[in-house]
This record gives sequence, structure tokens and C-alpha cells, in this order.
Amino acid sequence: MSAATFPHRVCPATGRVIASAAEPLIKVNAVVAVVSLLIGAVAALLLVLTRWQAVHLLPAEWYYRILGVHGMNMLIFFIIYFEMAVLWFAGTILLNSRPANPKLGWFSFALMIIGTGLVQWAQWAGKADVLFTSYPPLKAHPLFYLGIILFAVGALTVTGLFFASLVIAKREKTYEGSVPLVVYGAVTAAIIAVITLLHGAIIYIPTFLWSVGLIKSVDPQVYRLIWWGLGHSSQQINVAAMVAVWYMLSALTIGGVVLNEKVSRSAFVLYVLFISMASAHHLLVDPGFGPAWKIVNTSYFMYMAVLASMIHGFTVPAGMELGMRLRGFTDGLFGWLRRAPWGDPGFSALVFSVVVFGFVGGITGVTIGTEQINIIAHNTMRIPGHFHATVVSGTAMAFMGATYYLLPLVFQRKVAFWGLAKAQPYLFAIGMLLLSMGMTFAGSFGVPRRHWDISFSQALFDVQFNPAVDITLAVMGIGGILAVIGALSFIAIAVKSVFFGEKITTWETGKPILGIPQGLTNPPVHAPNVDEINDALHADSRGIAGATPGTLVLVGVFLLAFVVYYFTNWKLLSFLWKVG
Amino acid sequence: MLTKVHSGLDPAPGVWWKPAHKAEKVWVAIAFAWCMVLFAMMPLWHWKGGQNPSGIRRRVDPQAFYARTVEFATQYKVGEDRGIPIVAPPAGADVYLTGMTYQWYPILQLQAGAKYRLHMSSLDLNHGFSLYPLNVNFQVMPGYDYALEVTPTASGDFRIICNEFCGIGHHTMVGRVIVVDGTGKTLADNATAVIRDREAK
Repeated sequence: MSAATFPHRVCPATGRVIASAAEPLIKVNAVVAVVSLLIGAVAALLLVLTRWQAVHLLPAEWYYRILGVHGMNMLIFFIIYFEMAVLWFAGTILLNSRPANPKLGWFSFALMIIGTGLVQWAQWAGKADVLFTSYPPLKAHPLFYLGIILFAVGALTVTGLFFASLVIAKREKTYEGSVPLVVYGAVTAAIIAVITLLHGAIIYIPTFLWSVGLIKSVDPQVYRLIWWGLGHSSQQINVAAMVAVWYMLSALTIGGVVLNEKVSRSAFVLYVLFISMASAHHLLVDPGFGPAWKIVNTSYFMYMAVLASMIHGFTVPAGMELGMRLRGFTDGLFGWLRRAPWGDPGFSALVFSVVVFGFVGGITGVTIGTEQINIIAHNTMRIPGHFHATVVSGTAMAFMGATYYLLPLVFQRKVAFWGLAKAQPYLFAIGMLLLSMGMTFAGSFGVPRRHWDISFSQALFDVQFNPAVDITLAVMGIGGILAVIGALSFIAIAVKSVFFGEKITTWETGKPILGIPQGLTNPPVHAPNVDEINDALHADSRGIAGATPGTLVLVGVFLLAFVVYYFTNWKLLSFLWKVG
Repeated sequence: MLTKVHSGLDPAPGVWWKPAHKAEKVWVAIAFAWCMVLFAMMPLWHWKGGQNPSGIRRRVDPQAFYARTVEFATQYKVGEDRGIPIVAPPAGADVYLTGMTYQWYPILQLQAGAKYRLHMSSLDLNHGFSLYPLNVNFQVMPGYDYALEVTPTASGDFRIICNEFCGIGHHTMVGRVIVVDGTGKTLADNATAVIRDREAK
């Protein structure tokens, strides 16, 4: 029995207290996130079929318009609404607690919805053909900027309510000890969100005033500097939230454990301290800043945020490996991986998210974010190639995996189209991987991003790209189509489950049920003497490989790929004209 | 002393600040060392490498910069292509290039192996300087003069693609840079081959 004094129910699978006031807030945010994802995914299909030069679907005007729609819906609306759901979830359910001031929560949600509506209207009506970045002196309709400001204020308020919920849980002693690592990660995301949203307010308020004529001009360089404090940092909220979701899915799907709280939490602190400096990645070949500024900022002060990601890149798979070994899957280096539940979409999404984020997104990001290497990457397709591997294959993939668990846990519905759900992470991951690779290699030939016609048929001078570009763009196109099918499948599953799904309130542990992930029907349990086994696995006699030899091999492969890719890019750079 | 086994969903019991295990320590040390390598490479390239986005940077009035570009174009004009002057400044000269919707002005004719100070700015919006087929990219911004020392290493007929969105005609914004060798000839490369093919037809 739960001792909670507020209206709630108790989860049949996990025994957690689920506050009645928190549930609908989680649900509406998740639903709006999926609607945004739908708009963004349809836009993605149109875009990829236009950039695939052999197809070249949209006319120029609509290409640029839809590009703006895609950016706002995916990078801002889908992701941030989902993160609002994560904050409500982590601030209440994970702490067996209740939300702070749900009324203000609903008001903030309304603000965000109004803001979203204004932005959608401005973009679809052609009043804001300024793309996602809206660099002045390019000017949009004032309501476009106002919409973003309202959205940001709403999101900022929810973030504040999340902190307040933490205080309530602490004060009402709904948990003992320190907050769980997943919540700690959510706190990290929330702090970064405050930094991000404040940048948004600082830059969009003067831009709004400029658009209505109250301010004479907005300096384009200052705008780019502060705007990227929103544009890039918002993706760092994603990184922190994604890593938190990694730890969560690892625990839910296979009984992953925390190797060492100190190490994982310190890595989150490094994010808070340094990751927002990455806005500088966009300004490396800008005229407004000198080399010292660029080097210090682009490297997150000596790559401290990269260090953090490399730590999580070890501790997450190592926690999975150790969790599996503690459950008895001890054979060989990779028995724990081979015998993992690959048919559980929560698990496969987790693995793809970690692997593609690290190997493709992480390595390309650090490399092209190097001051000088950026010369051969800035504004080419290498940039979207990179961030589709981080934000989409990484964050969106992780959020999709989490959804397969949230549907039974929070919405109390079976996951619809279960067969499709099992295949969805594979489809989406393969599609996104092809898309990212296609874009990255096209960009290496100098193919620009955000460009309607690389055949340059209407240009004054001819440009003919290396024929290999046709192939890379076809790979991008095919990958994009697969990924959109994957995304639409996810949406179909989510919508069907939420609105028409089979209601479930309780289920018997140990009995597999179609439509409920195995981590819920058969929760992973460790042996009763788990602490002894753990001590034995960590015994000094096991040497450096310790308890997680498989993970050590994996991160070794990762480091090798990183080193090779990084120095190959320096070599390519050295072939260019002398510039300085 | 190990932390008791628990997952990321469980509250961390008691004092969780405990020593990490050997494998973790080793990985963190390796990752830290690699981060230092990543960091050191940038200053190192400023010192030893040939490609840096430093330049001399200052604020400038867009109209004044454009006027300076026109003056420069008039001074060294050697020809014209599609209505845009071809400008051949002497080695070591200050060279001016203005981006405007949707054109790069003027056409530059440079000598391979000679050093120039290339000033770039915009008359109106943000533009992107992307030298094709080399893939050299810089941001070109109204109100800022970005002056980079450039030394073309080989002759050829190059293009400047605009790679920062600047409006509905963005994809038509292509400029030209010609690099001649000691004999005054441009050597065949991908871009010139296309032009020669067309002229042959």
C-alpha cells in the first residue's frame, strides 16, 4: 500500500505511485509531440524527395517553406513537447510524488500551444520564409517571433515547475537517499533548458521588436551568436534527456545497473558546465570572433562535454552488460548482447540510439566542430548529416523506445500493431543511418545544405558536382523514405494505442502478453545474492577487463573509428588552398 | 567498496561518492587524453597548418564595402563575363568580393602561388562563400569585413556557391574565380572540362 496523501493510482508492474494530476499533463504533451512529429515527418518526405536531385519534387518556394516547417516541428516542437512530458514524468512518477502547481502547468501548456499555432500559421501561410534559423536581416511576420517567445515562456515555466516538484518530493520524503540517476539526468536537461530558453528570449524579443519596427536593426553576428545559444543548446537538452532515457530503458528492458553513481553524475555535471558552449560550432568561419574565442568555445573548454559523452558512452553499455551478467548471462565477451531481448522495441531502440548517436553523430560532430576542419564542412550537407544522427537517430530513437514502455505504464494501453512495433526501430535506424551517411558524403563533395537545386540550372555559371554525388543523394533519398516509413509507423502505433488501444489495468508477472514489452511482463530480476556476484565480478584478479570486458572492446572500436575519422579530415583539409 | 547494485530508476542509497573501478578509471583517463589531443590540434594547426579561419575582421558599412569593391573592380578590370567584370589584381593585393542577392561581385582572376588578402562581405543578407570544387566555406555577413590571406595552390576555373539561405533565388547565386598558372593558362579540372565540352559543341 502506498502512503501517498494525494490522488493517485499504483502501477501494477512497477509499484510506483502515479499522481492523478501528473498523468494528463504527461499525456497531452506526449500527444502534441507526436502530432508535431507527424507534421515534421510528412515535411521530411517532401524534402528528401526534393533534395534527391533525380526526383526534385517541390518547387523552390515550397521547398524552402517546408524546410522551415520541418525544422520547427522536429527540432523545437516534437522534441520539447516530449521533453516536457519527460520532466512531468521524472519529477513525479519516478519520485512517487505529485506535480507542483498543475494549474500553472496547464496554463504553460496553453501558452506553448498558442505559440505553436502562431508559428505554424506564419510558416504555412508563407509569412515566415526565413527557415528555422531566421537570420536577420531576413525578416518574418512579427507573429512568428511572438509565437516562439510564447512557446519559450511556457516551456521555461514548466521547467520551473519541474524544479518545484523536486522540492516537494524532497520535502514530503517520497524517496530515500538521492534522486535516481534518471531524474538527475532530467535535472541536467532542465538546467540546460533554462540556459537555452533564456537565450531564446534574449534574442527573439529584440528581433520581434525589430519586426514591428520599434528597433532599427538587429546585428546579424550578435543574432547568430545568441540565437545558437537557443538553436544548438536546445539540442543539448536533447542529449541530456536522451542519456537519461538510456539509463531508464537499460534498467527497464534488461535490468541494467548503475556502475558508479559518482562517475555518471559527474559526467552530467560536465554537461551542465560546458555543453552550452557548443553554440560556437556554428560560428567557426564567421567574421565576428577571433581564434582564441573559437578554440575555447568550440571545444567546450578542452572538450569537457565530449569527455562527458564518452563517459556515458561507456557507463551505459557497461551498465547493460553488468546487469545482464548479474542475471546470469555470463557467456563470453558478448553473450549478454547476443541473448538480449532484440524483439523488444524498447531495447532495440536503446541500442540503435546509443550506437548511431556515438559512432555517427558523435564522431562527425566533434570532427566538423573543430575550428579549422569546419572550413570543409560549414553549411554543407555534412551538417544535417551530423545532426540527423544525433537528434533523430539518437534522441528521437530513444524517445520512441521510451514510448513503447510509456504506453502501458502511463496510458495503460497495449501497444497496437505489436508486430510492426517490433520492427519499427530497425526500419527507422537503418533509414536514418543511410540518410545521415548519404548527406555526410554528399557534403564532403561540397554539396550545400538548404539548397533547392544543385544542378544550378538557373544559375549564371554552371556547377557540376562529382558524379558520386548522385549516388550519395540516392542513398540519402532511399534512407529518408525508409526513415519516414519508420516514423509514420511509430505515429500509427502511438495514435492507435492511445486513442483506440486495448485498455489494460493489471497483468500477471511472468506471462508474456502481445502488446506489452517483455521488460514489463517479465521484469528483469537479479539473483538474490547479487551484491556478492557483483563483488566477485569486480575482484582485482579479473584485472583491467573487470566486470564488463565486452564493453571495453566496444569502446575500443569506437575510439579507433574516432581517431581514424578525425585525422582523415585534417589530411583532407591540408590539401586546400592556403587560407589564414 | 562498491555501491550496492541498483538501477538508474532507483534512488541512490546513502553516500554514493565512491571510488570507481579500474576499467572505468582507465576509460576516463583514455577519454581525457584523447580530449587533450583534440584540443591541442587546433592551436597546433594555427602554428604549423596552412588553413585557418582567422583573418582580419572588422565592422564595415555594407554600402561602403560595396563601393570599395566597385572601385577595386574598376581598377583591375581585365574583361567581362555575363555582365560581371573579371578582375585581375596583382599578387599581394587587397581583393574585394561582395555577396548580394543573388550574385557574387566581381569575378576574380588570381595567380596560382601568389598571396592575396581576400575581403568578403555582404551588401544585404547573410551569404555563404563555398568555393567549388575545393569545398572551402566561410560565412559572409553584412556589416562585417572578413579579410583572409589566401594562396591558390593550383590553377583552375572555380565557382563560388552561396551556401547560406538568402531568399527564394538562393540556389541561383553562383560566382566565379579563375586561377591562372605562370603561363596565364587555366589547367583542366572538373569545372573547366565542363565549359570546354560546351564550347566544343
